[in-house]
Amino acid sequence: MTRRQRLLATGLEVTVPLLLLVIWGLWSSGSSTYYFPPLTDILSTFADTWLFERVGSDVVPSLVRMGLGFGIAVVVAISAGLLLGLSPRARRAAAPIVEFLRAIPPPALLPFAILVIGVGNSMKVFIIAFVCIWPILLNTIDGVTGVDPTLRDTTRVYGVSKRDRLWRVMLPAASPQIFAGMRTSLSLALILMVISEMVASTNGIGYFVLQSQRTFAIPEMWSGILLLGILGYTLNGAFVLIERRVLRWHRGARASALS
Amino acid sequence: MTTLARSATSRPRSLRVPDWALPWASVVGVLVLFDLLPRIGVLPRDHFPPISEMLSTLVEQLGEASFWEAVGNTLQGWALGLAIAAALAIPIGIVIGSSRILYRAMRAVIEFLRPIPSVALIPLAILIYGTGLESKVFLAAFASFWQLLVATLYGVQDVDPVATDTARSFGFSRIQRLFRVTLPSAIPYIATGLRIASAVSLILTVTAELVIGSAGLGRSINVARSGGNEELMYALIITTGILGVLLNTIFVRAERRVLRWHPSQRPGEAAQ
Amino acid sequence: MLTVDHLGKTYGEGEDAVEAIGDLEFEVLEKEFVCIVGPSGCGKTTLLKCMSGLLTPTRGEVRLHDARIDGPPERMALVFQEYGRSLYPWMSVRQNVAFPLRRKRLAKEEASQLVEQAVEAVDLTGFLDRYPWELSGGMQQRVAIARALAYQPEILLMDEPFASVDAQTRADLEDLILEVRRQYGVTVVFVTHDIDESVYLGDRIVVLTPAPTTVQESLDVDLPTPRDQLETKELPEFARLRAHVYRSIKREQTSAEPERAPA
Repeated sequence: MTRRQRLLATGLEVTVPLLLLVIWGLWSSGSSTYYFPPLTDILSTFADTWLFERVGSDVVPSLVRMGLGFGIAVVVAISAGLLLGLSPRARRAAAPIVEFLRAIPPPALLPFAILVIGVGNSMKVFIIAFVCIWPILLNTIDGVTGVDPTLRDTTRVYGVSKRDRLWRVMLPAASPQIFAGMRTSLSLALILMVISEMVASTNGIGYFVLQSQRTFAIPEMWSGILLLGILGYTLNGAFVLIERRVLRWHRGARASALS
Repeated sequence: MTTLARSATSRPRSLRVPDWALPWASVVGVLVLFDLLPRIGVLPRDHFPPISEMLSTLVEQLGEASFWEAVGNTLQGWALGLAIAAALAIPIGIVIGSSRILYRAMRAVIEFLRPIPSVALIPLAILIYGTGLESKVFLAAFASFWQLLVATLYGVQDVDPVATDTARSFGFSRIQRLFRVTLPSAIPYIATGLRIASAVSLILTVTAELVIGSAGLGRSINVARSGGNEELMYALIITTGILGVLLNTIFVRAERRVLRWHPSQRPGEAAQ
Repeated sequence: MLTVDHLGKTYGEGEDAVEAIGDLEFEVLEKEFVCIVGPSGCGKTTLLKCMSGLLTPTRGEVRLHDARIDGPPERMALVFQEYGRSLYPWMSVRQNVAFPLRRKRLAKEEASQLVEQAVEAVDLTGFLDRYPWELSGGMQQRVAIARALAYQPEILLMDEPFASVDAQTRADLEDLILEVRRQYGVTVVFVTHDIDESVYLGDRIVVLTPAPTTVQESLDVDLPTPRDQLETKELPEFARLRAHVYRSIKREQTSAEPERAPA
């Protein structure tokens, strides 16, 4: 790109989103549609609701459920993935079961979870954990089986202990793949949190948004949608930052390998 | 060069399950286990009916019109959602991906809208479209759109610059380069994107059925549960699983076909 | 010290069977620097993998101190050709070199010392906290060598370790390996396809035939030590040995007869 093009691109990058916001604001302020209140209304309702009145009652429970479910999934999936990655026979045995379970659309499992566990927090944590396991598990397995054969040979030649082999070689070697899986699971966690709260909850952001719709509190509903969008964006962004830090070695290694 | 040098296992050969049989053995094992456990009371029978009962209910359902209606509704929502998403995302992705300036302009918007969980729009969908097919399709299409858009963008941008430069030196116009170089090289990415978008569309379809109550498997599952018909609930859940596996297999096969004839420039995963 | 006893290795079965190694037999004495040379495709890497216990031979065996090698022996280290894929990219130089020492359960200070000494021996002291991708190819290979040295093996196997670096770096590395061998007193088995290198480095050269591989001949290198890149290579004896090895390999390649009697 020429210098002029680069300047144009950067300029557009900043102005286009702002422009779209302004257009939305203008279009909605004159609007009489009930379902699309003026942007200004939405923003002020947002401030009233989420800064910081309902943080304790809705945001915190939602995030806690999500965090617990995601955390459990990470621990279980990485451990299982490491073991399955190292044993071709275990992989073959587990394959049909894994393939089937992960293909079940998560919402179909909600009634099952409600039946067996009930409608409380543990049900939500369970379903989030159950769904989030699969991407991480499969990616961990991929990461382990894809470890460079020379690296494996080196590890064998130097007689590295089984423990070290698992935690200090296989785990770091697979970590780029693991992080990719975790990123997918993170967005799944958010989705499942919202759905489970919409279907069976008395608090939480998902519950709030649906409830607002039912009681026709439209600006509140939009404020909730906005919050979820911000949440999705922030979580993803934070995760990317963490990933970048932890996987700095990986980017360096790839860059030098390609050059 | 392989590095396997395992000494022979200490287990006598006659007891060792051969590799090819492993998957079957484990499936049979799991089925038997989950059939016995409820029967002997380890698992509560009202929550966990024996698998044989679940499966026999499923077989019964195959003769019921209501079952096929539900399956049809789900597939309808899935197909429409995916088709609309593809019809929008692929062209838009190609256009934005081909222009560096356009991409930079839209990048922030895409990056912000993409992580919005589409389920957050469920209430909005209810408001605007009610509780029928349109709601379902709207949600499925919205979610699949972003997956496919990003995949297309990535595919278009990942074209080997040497290939486009070569085409340009031969005097091909921009449009010609697009169709002859860029698109063919982007196809594997689009194929993968379609596979993922298909899964997403199915998830959102069933979600809409579950939460909003649109006709389909999701609703039927919930109805079965609240009606106390656990075997039916499980049978329908298994059905959605089978549906998921089938759809996934179709797309995986198609993706493999596409990759096979394609002079694959894809950066392979792992192994580095 | 190390005995290769009628070693044979066949890959695959039935029709697709590939006999990489036919019948190999030779010995490596303590503190010797043995170079193994042969044409491409003569199973040099297979041989090294059998010697290091990474592969199980189909026939025969390899013995270290009269004990059969069944898996990677503790007193042995191996330096691979692809240094980039043999160093752990998420570990710094220091961590990479120290990693094999964990097995030995040494006191922290002792391990530290070994690491620092080894890194100094390969001239990379300032780079202890760098990461492999920050280093050049030659430097990475030196890290791999330092790692092998810190491990304090009795015998060091090297699989064409300098094949992937440029000529100048290769010369430096050749001198380096001679120096550390002198310093650490370790036995070295050095596989290479570079004839000059094998004559320059070795006390003895074992020439292999193409697959199915056997020993073509084994010859002593009677050049003065310490070797020098300029002086040693100007000696007539160097040229003679070089030519001899070259002819030996060439003869085997053009000959139709697969049977060779070991010299």
